[in-house]
Amino acid sequence: MSRLKIATTWLDGCSGCHMSFLDIDERLLELSDKIELVYSPLVDMKTIPEGIDLALIEGAVSSEADKNELLKLRANSKILISFGDCAVTANVPGMRNHFSVNDTLSRAYVENSDSGKCLPSVSVPKLIEFARPVHEYVLVDFFLPGCPPPADVIFSTLCELLEGKTPSPITKTRFGA
Amino acid sequence: MRYPSFLQRTADRADVQPVRVLTFSINGVTVSAREDETILTVARQNGISIPTLCHLDGLSERGACRLCIVEIKGSPKLSPACVTLPRQDMEIITHSDRVMDYRRKILELLFTERNHVCSVCVSNGHCDLQALTVELGMTHVHYDYLHPQQMVDASHERFSVDHNRCVLCQRCVRVCDEIEGAHTWDVMGRGHLAKVITDLNEPWGESTTCTGCGKCVQVCPTGALSEKGKSVAEMTKKRLFLPYLKLMRGEEER
Amino acid sequence: MTIEELQEIGKIEKEKQDGFKHRIHVCVAAGCLSCQSGQVKEALEKEVSRRGQESWTSVKGVGCLGLCTAGPMVAIEPDGILYQGVSVSDASDILEALGGPAVSRLDCSAHMPFFTKQKKIVLENCGKIDPESIEDYIAEGGYEGLYNALRIMTPTGVIEQISKGGLRGRGGAGFPTGLKWTAVSKTKSNIKFVVCNADEGDPGAFMDRSVLESDPHRVLEGMAIAGFAVGANYGFIYVRAEYPLAVKRVRTAIARAERLGVLGRNIFNTTFNFDITVRLGAGAFVCGEETALIASIEGRRGSPRPRPPFPSELGLWGYPTLINNVETFANVPPIIRKGGDWFAATGTDKSKGTKVFALAGRVNNTGLIEAPMGTKLREIVFDIGGGILEGRKFKAVQTGGPSGGCIPEQFLDMSMDYESLAKVGSIMGSGGLIVMDETSCMVDVAKFFIEFCMSESCGKCVPCRVGTVQIYNVLKRITEGKGKPTDIGLLEELCDLVKNTSLCGLGQTAPNPVLSTLNYFMDEYRAHIDDKVCPAGTCHFNHTEESQ
Repeated sequence: MSRLKIATTWLDGCSGCHMSFLDIDERLLELSDKIELVYSPLVDMKTIPEGIDLALIEGAVSSEADKNELLKLRANSKILISFGDCAVTANVPGMRNHFSVNDTLSRAYVENSDSGKCLPSVSVPKLIEFARPVHEYVLVDFFLPGCPPPADVIFSTLCELLEGKTPSPITKTRFGA
Repeated sequence: MRYPSFLQRTADRADVQPVRVLTFSINGVTVSAREDETILTVARQNGISIPTLCHLDGLSERGACRLCIVEIKGSPKLSPACVTLPRQDMEIITHSDRVMDYRRKILELLFTERNHVCSVCVSNGHCDLQALTVELGMTHVHYDYLHPQQMVDASHERFSVDHNRCVLCQRCVRVCDEIEGAHTWDVMGRGHLAKVITDLNEPWGESTTCTGCGKCVQVCPTGALSEKGKSVAEMTKKRLFLPYLKLMRGEEER
Repeated sequence: MTIEELQEIGKIEKEKQDGFKHRIHVCVAAGCLSCQSGQVKEALEKEVSRRGQESWTSVKGVGCLGLCTAGPMVAIEPDGILYQGVSVSDASDILEALGGPAVSRLDCSAHMPFFTKQKKIVLENCGKIDPESIEDYIAEGGYEGLYNALRIMTPTGVIEQISKGGLRGRGGAGFPTGLKWTAVSKTKSNIKFVVCNADEGDPGAFMDRSVLESDPHRVLEGMAIAGFAVGANYGFIYVRAEYPLAVKRVRTAIARAERLGVLGRNIFNTTFNFDITVRLGAGAFVCGEETALIASIEGRRGSPRPRPPFPSELGLWGYPTLINNVETFANVPPIIRKGGDWFAATGTDKSKGTKVFALAGRVNNTGLIEAPMGTKLREIVFDIGGGILEGRKFKAVQTGGPSGGCIPEQFLDMSMDYESLAKVGSIMGSGGLIVMDETSCMVDVAKFFIEFCMSESCGKCVPCRVGTVQIYNVLKRITEGKGKPTDIGLLEELCDLVKNTSLCGLGQTAPNPVLSTLNYFMDEYRAHIDDKVCPAGTCHFNHTEESQ
């Protein structure tokens, strides 16, 4: 049996959900026989491959780059999971939503900056007006809330998917923690 | 003149006789209760958990959050269990797909209304709203978030109010009025612009009526009212005082 | 006060009026007053005295003559001439023409179907009597009903007549008035209240205001009869503070009625006492909901509470309370005077009597009308209303205000009664009737009404407080050309939620304008969403903004 092709990404998030993923610890070895990480910040792959079985999306959609990456992942994946509170609710990145993009950027790059004091024009992706949850852009198959989702829940969800079952993570995790 | 507050004393109701005992069914199980007990009370006595938010034992009922709506056979309308009194032979269904679906949607609406960021909230892990998402199996919010700009009032020496987390359940208003007797809290504004205020919308710290008892903080279901100095997930609420106080006062009146 | 004294007052007033060869009636209701009918009346009075005609020409301010669009209105009695758009400078011409042919440039006869197609019970005295004169009201048979009730009938007998007449609540839901009265009369309590709901707040509706401004005593009499029937001695009129003229006239009326002894202690020398107090509402739509209204009268925040218990059991300050609308009370005196059978002769099987409508929108004759229940919608729009402005094409009628729905062209021949309106997804409501033509965008109409409900929601229950905002946001983006294909389903879902789970009538009916326009005008929604086009041409899309 071929291994399940998994892609993960972090959009506007803190990477904490990925850290929680790694907190599966020694069970990762168990998983490694069954899954293949084809695209992830944890592996060195620059382009999104085709034929992904499962995509885990961490983080809210905040910039054009986030949006493009998400759309591509959705197009290339059979199952897409909204992974962690930022992806599910926009969470902390969404807290900028009642300020304008310009105000948010000036706060970070001008008011609270010691050097430079100018808004970024190159190499920083353009912010969208609002940071939004993943499901506002693409169809999401499963929601895995939590900030971060506990490692056990990530593990059991993956196991259930591997066994062909329908996971229901909300009974084991919740918004916030 | 002290106006009769709704349903504080069901005995005031002309159509209700507290001594009469009724039999009716909840989810197909026959139960019996006094005529002045609400469906919610009877359900809980019989081990059936109906989700609630504005309800709190010891305070008057408002019937406002609509999470406790139940189906009553033969009635097209859904009834809030916290204020509906049973009738003889009534058939009540508490967890039909229809009401569960409505409850989840109402809860979603609550999450869209203000900025409930559980992960950075003082009440994370001790929050009635957060617990409801688990109870009702709410995986995500499929309505648009409104992202309103809300204020924080930290002018009080010991407490603060964060309107981002307020669900307008008015537990604070009721406990302050009905138990403490100060009536510092009330509501101003209409619709989604409504907000809880202290005195005549003056900073809490400058309130001349607030006794600083902190009952409002303890009954608040979310992180809207909290003690100062508490960080994320540190704000636990102590609510046992409420049944004790009610009991003691009942003894006194007798 | 005895019946002889009452009749004597009426007789003297009648004789006084008949003594004038010409009687000039100037409309002094709010609509005409706002276009200077007060000055017109003064000018006419001056002109009469300049010509020395005081002994045989009277000038009297009267209540609403109905055709508000053509104000200021002046009627010449007994010739039955009606003038429209009268200005101060017309005074001399009007007096010159007395007794002869009408002044042709002011003549209003072109609008005749507007008047002939109507049948007036509630408005029978509007435009006839001076609203500030109790004698004038008595001359038209006023307070006879109250006398009959107190001296000849029993409380049960009064309720029987109301039930026999088949009167139903005119405030919106159409609950049988007789049943409501029976419920209050059967509840045991030493103290009971009668409340008149004059918190009319539907956009475009002014029936209750006109009745209070034009014939306030009729409402007082209706309330006193109701008080006798249900055993209440106190009445409250809860009226919007935005109706200063109505408030003033009602207060004047109460003072005069008390002085004559038809209100207050020992009315008509019986043991029955009835006092009426005016309470001003601060302009909250939700206070038209009876439990919110009660809270507001008690001095608390005007928000509703769940029913049961109904106000008939637990009302004002916990006492049994009867709440009826202005128009309902206004129907009571004639029913008692002429009997329930007389009243039941008008209208349809289940909807008896007449209904007052505030006709507004894109029709030629906007104003206050009264037609028998069961009148065809077409007659109201095209005969009484005089058709659509500038000959444009009729599109829909919105009835029942923010709680009602839009009725499209295919139902123009429907009968206007409670059941038929409910069948097509609208309600009778309090009687607002807004006509729309091809230049009205139905998505925009739905947005307007939901915006109204959103800002008038009290904020107590979650579905109404937040759900209306969500519905509004979706409609707003559709009218801005940013609608998504999934928005139709989302609207239907939100409407269903708000309708079925809200606490009070405001929330439960708030989605109706959206649901009815979705039902009948789906093509317009589709055009906005799919083609980014507004068929009526009222929504302006900014195509440069990218929708995601």
